[in-house]
Amino acid sequence: MRRGSPQWLAAGTALVLVSGCAGVQSALDPTGAEAARINTLSWVLILFCTAVFIVTAIIAAVALFGSERWRRRLAGDRLVVGAGLIFPAVTLTFLLAYGIIVLGMGGGSAGASGSLRISVVGERWWWRVIYHDENGHRVENANELRLPVGRPVRIDLTSADVIHSFWVPKLAGKLDMIPGRVNTLTLNVHQPGVSRGQCAEYCGGPHALMSFFVIAMPEEDFSAWLANEAKQAKEPMGNPETRGRELFLASGCGACHTVRGTTANGTIGPDLTHVGSRHSLAAATLPNNADAFARWIRDGQHIKPENLMPAYRIFTDEELASLSSYLAHLR
Amino acid sequence: MENERRLDLPNQTPRPEGELEELERVWATPRGWRIVTTVNNTEIGLLYIGIAFLFFLMAGVLALLMRTQLATSDNDFIGQELYNQMFTVHGTTMMFLFAVPAVEALGVMLLPQMLAARDLPFPRLSAFAIWAYVIGGLVFFSTILYDLAPAGGWFMYPPLTLKEYSPGDNADFWLLGIGFIEISAIAGAVEIVVGALRTRPPGMTLAKMPIFAWSMLIFASMIMFAFPAVILATMMLEIERSFGWPFFTAAKGGDSLLWQHLFWFFGHPEVYIIFLPAAGLVSMMVPTMARTPLVGYRLIVIALIATGFFSFGLWVHHMFTTGIPALSLAFFSAASMAVAIPSGIQVFSWIATIAASREKFRITTPSLFILGFLFIFTIGGLTGVMVAMVPFDFQVHDTYFVVAHFHYVLVGGMVFPLFATFYYWMPMASRNMLSERLGRWVFWLMFAGFNIAFFPMHLTGLLGMPRRVWTYPGELGWDTLNMISTIGSYILGAGVLLFVIDLIRRFRPGRGGPENPWQAGTLEWLPNDVYSTRSIPLVTSREPIWDQPNLADDVREGRYYLPNAPTGGRETIVTSPIDAKPQYVIRMPGSAWSPFLAAIFTAAFFLLLTVKFVTIALVCGVLAIAFCLVWTWPLDHGPSRGPVDIGGGISLPTYMSGPTSHSWWAMVVLMFVAGSLYLSYVFSYLFLWTVSPEVWSPTGSPALPGLPWPAASALLLLAGSALIFLADRLLPQPGKGRVAVPVAIFLAVACLVGSLGVELAGHLRTGLAPTANSYGAMVYMAAALFGQMVFTLVIFGGYTIARYVAGKLDRERRVTFDNMRLLYYYTAAQSLFGLMLIHGFPRLVN
Repeated sequence: MRRGSPQWLAAGTALVLVSGCAGVQSALDPTGAEAARINTLSWVLILFCTAVFIVTAIIAAVALFGSERWRRRLAGDRLVVGAGLIFPAVTLTFLLAYGIIVLGMGGGSAGASGSLRISVVGERWWWRVIYHDENGHRVENANELRLPVGRPVRIDLTSADVIHSFWVPKLAGKLDMIPGRVNTLTLNVHQPGVSRGQCAEYCGGPHALMSFFVIAMPEEDFSAWLANEAKQAKEPMGNPETRGRELFLASGCGACHTVRGTTANGTIGPDLTHVGSRHSLAAATLPNNADAFARWIRDGQHIKPENLMPAYRIFTDEELASLSSYLAHLR
Repeated sequence: MENERRLDLPNQTPRPEGELEELERVWATPRGWRIVTTVNNTEIGLLYIGIAFLFFLMAGVLALLMRTQLATSDNDFIGQELYNQMFTVHGTTMMFLFAVPAVEALGVMLLPQMLAARDLPFPRLSAFAIWAYVIGGLVFFSTILYDLAPAGGWFMYPPLTLKEYSPGDNADFWLLGIGFIEISAIAGAVEIVVGALRTRPPGMTLAKMPIFAWSMLIFASMIMFAFPAVILATMMLEIERSFGWPFFTAAKGGDSLLWQHLFWFFGHPEVYIIFLPAAGLVSMMVPTMARTPLVGYRLIVIALIATGFFSFGLWVHHMFTTGIPALSLAFFSAASMAVAIPSGIQVFSWIATIAASREKFRITTPSLFILGFLFIFTIGGLTGVMVAMVPFDFQVHDTYFVVAHFHYVLVGGMVFPLFATFYYWMPMASRNMLSERLGRWVFWLMFAGFNIAFFPMHLTGLLGMPRRVWTYPGELGWDTLNMISTIGSYILGAGVLLFVIDLIRRFRPGRGGPENPWQAGTLEWLPNDVYSTRSIPLVTSREPIWDQPNLADDVREGRYYLPNAPTGGRETIVTSPIDAKPQYVIRMPGSAWSPFLAAIFTAAFFLLLTVKFVTIALVCGVLAIAFCLVWTWPLDHGPSRGPVDIGGGISLPTYMSGPTSHSWWAMVVLMFVAGSLYLSYVFSYLFLWTVSPEVWSPTGSPALPGLPWPAASALLLLAGSALIFLADRLLPQPGKGRVAVPVAIFLAVACLVGSLGVELAGHLRTGLAPTANSYGAMVYMAAALFGQMVFTLVIFGGYTIARYVAGKLDRERRVTFDNMRLLYYYTAAQSLFGLMLIHGFPRLVN
């Protein structure tokens, strides 16, 4: 039964090499400081455990098939005390120390500089994201996190309803979002690019469809983006957008959604002031384009069952197209 | 041989005519539909393991359906709602309805044979627990068929499981269903603790006890301390769902993390509760296949005890990502790594025993499953070390890496040993062995399938796939790995299916299978029947069959102790807990309807309560209690039947009261359970205070009632205890009466009720409401726990008085009274402590 083991591990390692580099959500392809430290730790652990397993397998194979002389060497308390007690006690102590050092270097609010602070609130089943900038301004957004590259940013995590967990594997380990508590995570991204995060604590219903993208940008791009984000919504330039805005305001969308600069000021659902500029829709369930808006408004309950926005089937195709182009133009 | 006089053995042959027939008559299995009245652990244990295995198959089918859904990205084979219910039911069933019951079933089936006890001491309690489990379990599982199944995940975290976010009855099915299945597990634990400590054969000191009995003893002790935490948690969650007492609602001073602490304080030991008995089974089979005693017996016993102990200090490693302080993280990380050491000791003891084999280790189907177990469990243990590293856990927690890890631990650590057990101990239950040839196919399919299914999941998790997702998008690169896992799961399923086919072909319940087919050394391989061995041997070593020549024949011919049924009923020898010296002969009850009916009505009570048929539920509850009383009424039979001769010049009494009595021991076990439940409460009270001191009295809630209130309540408790003390002194001589006894018991119970009333009235007067905030909920929860004990004692006190009235209670026939007295003192002590906590703590910290 032992013979399969090395092949298994070899196959596993090969798979890591093949598929490990592709993922925007892979812990093995870190672009953040904490994820990088954990990645190193992971490989130390993988190699250590593989070695221990192979040696154990060899000892077991000798116990099973070895010669009389070899078997007699293994048959006694000496093996039990040596391999079962002393070896793990010593090696695990070293591993533990290493783990605690890595733990001490990351997490918490340690090292976060500057006064940019971001709150992320877990909602069923989307993410409310609030930027508090240097001047105390508060800019609300949803389902996407933008970060400046090269400096640690403090993220405050909490929940509005049930427990969620904030996890962007390429940047850092996960941290739970618990009602009544605020947990703080520090994200420090090394290089610009897109990574994907996903809710990691089962939160009922469409938990599987509660994801988001993190877009890391150079400092100056980030500042420009945040300045634009703080602005009110763009005025529609002509038809179908103007018609779309009328429909949006007349159909009661504003009871749940905010579009800053209009009378829509609901806070139950995501802020849509700049929704057109996001990477995805419906918490990374759909791509962001006019067609997706239309599908979401009409078939939202099919695309993401049990989500808290009722399906709106009141619009004609033409109305739906106007509404979608209005939303898509909110950049 | 038959007529040879063997002077060194306790009894001489030939035995008197008709003796064996008498024994068989006494232990006869009820026929036809009366089979449901059987209480013999050996027989009802078969139902127990059978149903547990059925749950394994059904939850396995759910797993295959889920794997089918996950085979490709964006699949819609199973919808979101059903999938969420499926993984909840899969996990819940595997943990609560399969794993724990299966090992408990093996305990009650195998221990009597291994200890050569005619039966374990409380057969009716076992029968009750098993029937309650069968009915409750089947109803719970069937909820998946009509969309009533809970969908909160098997650990049911609030707030998701609160009424606000899970409005249907689904979650209540989990809470009430599982709540009472936990109670049936505790009933089994009582049986096993007292059985392992008190019904061993003469001469089997603790140091000669089979490792499986050790592991079951530790298993049962762990249940005693772990299960009460989750029972309290389920009580609180159900109360919050039904009545709105805010234990877990942050806005009212509750905390959802309280659930996590209580759940994992149970949930982590639970893993070892499942693993330790399986490890015990392996420690029995390995020496047989190696034809040599276990290497490192003492080290293994120490390792088992250490695992049991450490396992209570690990629960926070399920909560590493909840944002708890780094210092706690480091402590629990260290504890989680330390627990790897006892497992290492066991793994290397088995390897050393294999190396010590006489000739070579025999490769049989059980051996293959054991080697498969070693392979899989070692990987699971190593990934366990990985997830014990906090930063690594930050990445892989709640991902498929963890799914892989715990399946390696649980399937490796429990299912593979279980299959080895099925092949190895089949003669305990069936006339035929299972096929060795098919067995190899079963093993290789299961082993290959398991690894193909679960090994890739380590990687799937590292690539970012969280657990409990019913679908995933194609662009994340998880498709191939998921497809491999799905194929592997089908191969695993094919292996299990082949086993079932073999089972159908070969399994024929009954006795008369091959005798000791593996040439093992322990007592269960002596010739036996439903009453275990014909006579109970004197044990002088750990492998008596190997070391005591001619043991099988001597036992069969009745040359050892108690070869007959001297009281004319079921009985076995009770020995002292450490050195197994014979103390008395316990007379055990036979088949009866009452445990079966009590179980049906208990299950009905809980299930009807779930669907809010309160009146019928209450009627069933009353009937359940009534049948429990019917079942216990004949048990305290008194010393009417004098001492009996068990052979070897040993004459033993047939009735025992006081601390030597098995009944006294069971009561003490139950008091530990109650104490552990209460400690969980004290923890919860203090925990919520640290989270939300602002809602505590007097700042956030009305001031406590004045000191005269708790003082009056305490005085009533003390007065009641004094009355019980008095009743004890006044117990009459046999045949005499003394009216003061029932009066004192009645007044003592009245004092308890009064004490509870004073405590409740005091808090009600201040205007404190249980729904106001977590403080109010906690204050009234203390009263609820007190009320639970008072309720029990009202019934118990009334029952004791009834026994006096019926002339069944006196200075000698007093086990019922002793147990009531123990419970009374315990209740008074717990409630006095409760008064100090509730009335003292807020004053102290203010």
